[in-house]
Amino acid sequence: MPPREGIYGLLAEFNTPTELVEATEAARHAGYRRMECYTPYPVEEAAEALHFHTTRVPLVCLLGGLMGVTTAYLMETWINVWAYPLNIAGRPLFSWPAFIIPAYEWTILFAGLSAAFGMIALNGMPQLYHPVFNAPNFRNGATTDKFFLCLEAVDPQFSLTETRKFLEQFPAVSVVEVDH
Amino acid sequence: MATKVPLNDPMIDPRTGEYAVIAPGHNFKSVTQKIAGIVLTSNTPLGWFFGLMLGGAVATGVVIGCTWLFLKGVGIWGVTIPGAWGFAIINFVWWIGIGHAGTLISAILLLFKQTWRNSINRFAEAMTIFAVVCAGTFPLIHVGRPWLAYWLFPYPNTMNVWPQFRSPLAWDVFAVSTYATISIVFWYVGMIPDFGTLRDRATMPFAKYMYGLLSLGWRGSTRHWIRYESASLLLAGLSTPLVLSVHTVISFDFAVAALAGWHTTIFPPYFVAGAIYSGFAMVLTLAIPIRKFYHLEDMVTLRHLDNMAKVMLGTGGIVAYGYGMEVFMSWYSASHWEFFMMWNRMFGPMGWAYWILILTNIAIPLTSLWSRKLRVNVTYLFILSLIVNTGMWFERFVIVVTSLYRDYLPSSWGTYRATKWDYMIYVGTMGLFTFLFFLFVRFLPMIPMSEIRMMLPQTKVKRGGSDAASVVEERV
Repeated sequence: MPPREGIYGLLAEFNTPTELVEATEAARHAGYRRMECYTPYPVEEAAEALHFHTTRVPLVCLLGGLMGVTTAYLMETWINVWAYPLNIAGRPLFSWPAFIIPAYEWTILFAGLSAAFGMIALNGMPQLYHPVFNAPNFRNGATTDKFFLCLEAVDPQFSLTETRKFLEQFPAVSVVEVDH
Repeated sequence: MATKVPLNDPMIDPRTGEYAVIAPGHNFKSVTQKIAGIVLTSNTPLGWFFGLMLGGAVATGVVIGCTWLFLKGVGIWGVTIPGAWGFAIINFVWWIGIGHAGTLISAILLLFKQTWRNSINRFAEAMTIFAVVCAGTFPLIHVGRPWLAYWLFPYPNTMNVWPQFRSPLAWDVFAVSTYATISIVFWYVGMIPDFGTLRDRATMPFAKYMYGLLSLGWRGSTRHWIRYESASLLLAGLSTPLVLSVHTVISFDFAVAALAGWHTTIFPPYFVAGAIYSGFAMVLTLAIPIRKFYHLEDMVTLRHLDNMAKVMLGTGGIVAYGYGMEVFMSWYSASHWEFFMMWNRMFGPMGWAYWILILTNIAIPLTSLWSRKLRVNVTYLFILSLIVNTGMWFERFVIVVTSLYRDYLPSSWGTYRATKWDYMIYVGTMGLFTFLFFLFVRFLPMIPMSEIRMMLPQTKVKRGGSDAASVVEERV
């Protein structure tokens, strides 16, 4: 559990994605682990620099899809064979080819909802409050045109003076403290 | 490139001779300001109010028409025996077809890495959703007792009655409801980062609050972005088979019936191609006035219009093949009924509808769209998009009406004539569509800002310090 008081971390602002990625790589190299980049669009190189490679979104999506196809197919079979059997032009009660179509649609429905809500849940959203919003320059740029690197105070290597010195060697526009 | 273009045109890329996807000179800030400014301005253009009110006024047609319909029943429509399916199904198929281009642009073109689609995908998706709203109205109101429309869904009830899953109409319920849900989810997920931008740029407290809620606290964290991109790709990958299946299932409503003119295996691909054809026409109908009105020529460039016209040319060709194959099969099947159906369709009392269809869907677009000069002629494309949408409506009219009104038994022949209530509800849905679209362009970011930023040259991360030549990836 991160401390709820004091400093959340140090936030460095950059003008270009290249500077951000270089600083992130250097921070990783220097031994920092608890850090995060904030960019106005996805920067894959920043994720590489953070060594963040795999997401569990595809797995959630797959499980959702399997759940969808099973639910729909079993439901159709139960309804048309046992719950409410009807003779439709002499077709068999278990008309499995016809059942494929709704099952196909529900595979997509469940998989799509799982991908979307899985992504939102894995991201910890909705989370309307976050310490980085406290930084005076963050909201001015993070969703528009600036690139941020935040080294978090929970990192064992974090020290207010040393880390600040470390960040200031890069062409950062500013390095500010972020409060909780 | 055959056609001469002025070389000093800044919109033309000198390397390829193609129109640029985004005008030169833009940066992260300028595109954000431009797009967010439309939403966050305190100066709503008067034209917007005018358009919204016009759409709203026409949309009252739906309200009045449906009120009378619910009071009197479907007898106020022109549907009768043998023409038991009329405007309701025609309009349903027409609207849902229009929606399909939005999904094609947002999903299929994303999978094919067609980055030019970034600037048009948001309003194409919005178009999809509003078109599905208009489409969904018709099956709901034509069931006779619309307050019992929820009987279409499988739910446990005291009557112990359940849907019958061998029927294409039950498949339709699943296909269309899934399509509506996934389209809305995809649209919303696409907007989350842009809501973050709007929250941060809004000055009015209420706007900040609302966009803040909608953004779910988006802060652009890299870990979030990676999951977000993964989810977007998955949704695109899921929407692609979905969009193809939806119109396939709709075509099954016809193709599964044993009626000459409906009972044909070419319907699924031909319906899907027709859907995309009409959908791109509708994107052009919307994009051309919007880019003019909001001065978005920098982001929705002639390249987009040109590419969309090319897609129309391709899908129009498939549609033409479908028409040709229908005619061929009516002869080749050696079926008396098929042959008569086609003769009646072309030269019977409603033959005029068939020739309007051929003129507007095949003759005009498929002869002219080969010309690059016409493909980048904005006025021409706008008129053409209206022509194609008319043509696609007539396609559904021809399929539904001319197959039904003279079937196997001459003694049961009749005719079909739509009533004023049919027209009122149909025109009303166009008003509803316009109304919703005007609300969308005012309150939601109509061009995805985060995706536009990715198309800018500044996006590239340069490796190896000063050696700027080694660019990681050429994105545009």
